[in-house]
Amino acid sequence: MMQPKNSLLDLSAIRARLENARGEEYWRSLDEVAQTAEFQAFVDNEFTPGTSEWKNPLGRRDLLKLLGASIAFAGLTACTKQPPEKIVPYVRAPEDMIPGKPMYFATAMTLGGYAAGVLVESHMGRPTKIEGNPEHPASLGATDAFAQASILTLYDPDRSQVVLRNGLISNWAAFLAEVGLLREGLLAKEGAGMRILTETVTSPTLAQQLKDLLAEFPEARWHQYEPAARDSAVGGAKLAFGEPVNTIHRIGQADVILSLDADFLASGPGSVRYAREFAARRREGGDRMNRLYIVEAAPSSTGSIADHRLPLRASDVEPFAWAVAAALGVAVPAPGSPAPSGWVEAVAADLKKHAGSSLVIAGDQQPVAVHALAHAINAALGNAGKTVVYTEPVEAAPVEQGESMRQLAEDMRAGRVETLVIIGGNPVYNAPADCEFRQGLLKVKRRIRLGLYDDETSGLCHWHLAETHYLEGWGDARAFDGTVTIQQPLIAPLYGGKSAHEVLAVLSGKGELAGHDIIKEYWRGRLGEAGFEKTWKTALHDGLIAGTAVAPKNVSVRKDFAAALPAPKGQEGMELCLRPDPTIWDGRFANNGWLQELPKPLTKLTWDNTVLISPATAERLGVANGQVLELRRAGRTVRGAAWILPGHAENSATVHLGYGRTRGGKIAEGPGFSAYPLRTSDAPWGGGGLAVSKTGATYKLACTQDHHSMEGRDLVREATVDEYRKDPHFAQHVVHGPVKELSLYKEFKYEGHSWGMAVDLNACTGCNACVVACQAENNIPVVGKTEVARGREMQWIRIDRYFKGGLDDPEVCHQPMMCHHCDHAPCEVVCPTGATNHSSEGLNQMVYNRCVGTRYCSNNCPYKVRRFNFFLYSDWDTKSLEPMRNPDVTVRSRGVMEKCTYCVQRINSARIESEKEGRRIRDGEVVTACQAVCPTQAIVFGDMNDPNSRVAKLKKDPLNYGILDELNTKPRTTYLARLRNPNPELKKG
Amino acid sequence: MSIFGALFIGGGLLWVLNEVNRSPYVTDVGVALDQPVPFSHKHHVAGLGIDCRYCHSTVEISSSAGMPPTETCMSCHSQIWADSPMLEPVRASFRNDQSIRWTRVHDLPGFVYFNHSIHVKKGIGCATCHGRVDQMPLMWKTNTLYMEWCLECHRQPERFVRPRGQVFNMAYRAPSDQLALGRKLVEEYKIRKLTDCSVCHR
Repeated sequence: MMQPKNSLLDLSAIRARLENARGEEYWRSLDEVAQTAEFQAFVDNEFTPGTSEWKNPLGRRDLLKLLGASIAFAGLTACTKQPPEKIVPYVRAPEDMIPGKPMYFATAMTLGGYAAGVLVESHMGRPTKIEGNPEHPASLGATDAFAQASILTLYDPDRSQVVLRNGLISNWAAFLAEVGLLREGLLAKEGAGMRILTETVTSPTLAQQLKDLLAEFPEARWHQYEPAARDSAVGGAKLAFGEPVNTIHRIGQADVILSLDADFLASGPGSVRYAREFAARRREGGDRMNRLYIVEAAPSSTGSIADHRLPLRASDVEPFAWAVAAALGVAVPAPGSPAPSGWVEAVAADLKKHAGSSLVIAGDQQPVAVHALAHAINAALGNAGKTVVYTEPVEAAPVEQGESMRQLAEDMRAGRVETLVIIGGNPVYNAPADCEFRQGLLKVKRRIRLGLYDDETSGLCHWHLAETHYLEGWGDARAFDGTVTIQQPLIAPLYGGKSAHEVLAVLSGKGELAGHDIIKEYWRGRLGEAGFEKTWKTALHDGLIAGTAVAPKNVSVRKDFAAALPAPKGQEGMELCLRPDPTIWDGRFANNGWLQELPKPLTKLTWDNTVLISPATAERLGVANGQVLELRRAGRTVRGAAWILPGHAENSATVHLGYGRTRGGKIAEGPGFSAYPLRTSDAPWGGGGLAVSKTGATYKLACTQDHHSMEGRDLVREATVDEYRKDPHFAQHVVHGPVKELSLYKEFKYEGHSWGMAVDLNACTGCNACVVACQAENNIPVVGKTEVARGREMQWIRIDRYFKGGLDDPEVCHQPMMCHHCDHAPCEVVCPTGATNHSSEGLNQMVYNRCVGTRYCSNNCPYKVRRFNFFLYSDWDTKSLEPMRNPDVTVRSRGVMEKCTYCVQRINSARIESEKEGRRIRDGEVVTACQAVCPTQAIVFGDMNDPNSRVAKLKKDPLNYGILDELNTKPRTTYLARLRNPNPELKKG
Repeated sequence: MSIFGALFIGGGLLWVLNEVNRSPYVTDVGVALDQPVPFSHKHHVAGLGIDCRYCHSTVEISSSAGMPPTETCMSCHSQIWADSPMLEPVRASFRNDQSIRWTRVHDLPGFVYFNHSIHVKKGIGCATCHGRVDQMPLMWKTNTLYMEWCLECHRQPERFVRPRGQVFNMAYRAPSDQLALGRKLVEEYKIRKLTDCSVCHR
């Protein structure tokens, strides 16, 4: 079993080793470079020592009893009859529904208020899988990992299922009665003392309902708050333009992009589309290939695909932005730049050279000044209207939510709030610490909460109402460009929940209205009666209302905005950097096992957040991975385990929000620590003056970066554009493989199809969407932190993250790894039961009911992509999870091996449909789950026997290479080598 | 006990197990199962001449042949035998909006995925797998649905395939030159010998 990594690594020795490394060396972890015992344990044994032991202490007597019982029952097993099964047909069958065939419905998921269009697969009325909506501007057919995992939240058994009054089960009728009384009192006072707190609202219907409510109660107030709100974007636009315009990037038009701490390819509204546009330009290679610079503290997904990444503390990004602005002649003073000499000049020159086709993007967590400067630079370069477009705001009321929350908290503490209605969110857990929301809330006489979970906030409210999941209730929402989607439910509320619209209708005295009617009537009023039914049906079918994108707006940067800005202050000492978590966001997904077990893109940690620090800072502090640190800032402290992240900025500690939940589900409660106590309204994303001290304690973390290691061996191949021009076939000359014809095994002949996959490393940002999509499609179980620490995670795709180069500023490359479906598969020849074998179309098949669990196959797999069910990981008992499963894929039991099947259920379904029509399967007809979801289209699957298929063409691409080709395994999954487009003016330094 | 005796007894035990495993006790072949309504295919198919697809309406388009909703039963039985006590469960289902819970006769294990539509399209008759349903007053299995049984046809489809027009014909009798006809149809319908594990197991 893996020991807690609390031994101090000799970081200076690691640094020296990497500096002296011959040529390009890729590495996955500090332990790997140092060749520690822990790392060796993972490499030497396919299954870590003790893996096959049952850790439960089973005494000798119990063992004897079990032995006796198993002998007694052994003889009976052969005579087991299949248990009888019932067929339960409809009484009145719904039209259009064909049993055995899924249906797809368009709707949208919101995160931070912004919609991303999705198509939801439904089997006999049960939503089972989320796909992107190709028609939707924020999706283009792909989704992020959050949307993929949202199906698990729908069926989450821990979701709140009843109306609670003072913590006791009540009912909706009692709530209606209470609201009747409440309204009488409020009407008399014109709503004085009433407050409504929501998260970011883009829903036109909800906005109208709130407006109507406030018209009825003029003294009432509406507040908005969520931790990852885009306050700086709103503030920055106000500062630069005098109004809170919305910013839309045209990534596809940009030749040169400078990201100021913006993880725009992996988070935020529109990121899925941005990633697609970015990758499209990346793939074009040659002169059309774009170039990305990024300055940021903790490496992000966007940072890992950048051509130049400069680790800067978050507070140093502002001086950097000033310096770039000054270099470009934007009329601002130029204070000292924190960047190494030459950086600012080179970036500025490159931006200027591509004036009109360059783009500067400011990160949501950067202060307003950085946003205003980005606007000013884009204006000066003539990018506005080309690579960046300004529009009317998408949010219904674009306010700075930190301020909105601060006012609410102040009023609550002063006793000015009598009734508080909290719709969604979880402010008791995530409001800024200095707001003292909890203390304020307790002074409110009537506290009403609508939420998905009975969480920290509900625990302090008089009324808790179960909320509908977005797949259960009607709603509407706007995308990053304003496009409206009508959210239609896929299933009736599982637990009788109510939507925000329905609760607001009750508060407005309209009584019990159905969500459907509220939404439809609003849009009937807005779109007009003429032809409405048709428009409505079209909108539901397409997943968007055409022509609702917000109009572009001509704005100009105010001349004097810079004068109003305080000069950026240099920070001394350590700095705290708070960020939403890459997998559980602000904590709202904390009870989602798929997202909890999803390795974070850069650290590969699961189930926890940590204090991320750079190797040099760790050296200075004398800290090792897993040691518990105490962070103190402005008189507030939290404790969390340290994690050394190569490439992190010096003297800075990044902590992800969202962990350390105390209420709100069995999974949410427990892992990690909450960083919200360090969050204040004046420094929502952290700031200087952080004191870090060691506590002497250690904490066990479950990190997957050393699991399934293939130990170097030239797995990642990359080159600069120049090198590629000189030798386009560079990737194929890295190792010398054996003569292909020399093999002890007989060659297979594929007369029909021959399936294959190509993965473009040039496009992969490591966003993890494929991992969750695969988990949802293939009924892959969650195993828990303890099992992950033993190397038993079950995800069929893992994304290997490689560092290259020095310890302090390495380059990063992501490599998705799934079963390679080798032609000469090493796993097939060692299986004693023929449970894994070769199909006539080249698939390496896995037959679960033949598998007896010898694990020889996994031992012999050079790619380390097989996963074994050591226990009954699939949850066979929780009723609410049963309808979630894909009915086309077996739910595996204990003791069998499993792995990527190339989504054979999708191949079979396409084969049957094509054969019924008497034709071959067309290219693009079989789309694997990972391919469908990929925002950058990095994964291409298809028939290699069809010379015109996309995959066949990619296999002929000079960048195409197979990994471990030298073993002559003939993998069907190959990779396209990565290209970088560095600025020749900019020597790394 | 001699080695021969041990082998004899061991072999005998294996033979017994094999026989038990293939006996109707385990396979339910030829055993009419209890149903909430004693529905007679014999009466409806042979007596009234109702086509299979009237009730099993998705057999040509989906993996599932489809079980008729109560509504389908009631389309006739609201007029005919409308007061029959035997049909009370059907009327109750319609009245109370509660499904009739039939007992599954042809029950594949959970790890096997079968598709009706492609078999019908490729010229496999209903009766080939389900037997002479038109002669069954109550439903029973005529085949084990064991993998060895599936493979008989998947390995040699020419032995079983029939012209597409005869798929729903219960009384179809294979001609004496079935192999010749079969080979011709296999060619014509582009029938492939799909014996890869992942065709059915996934």
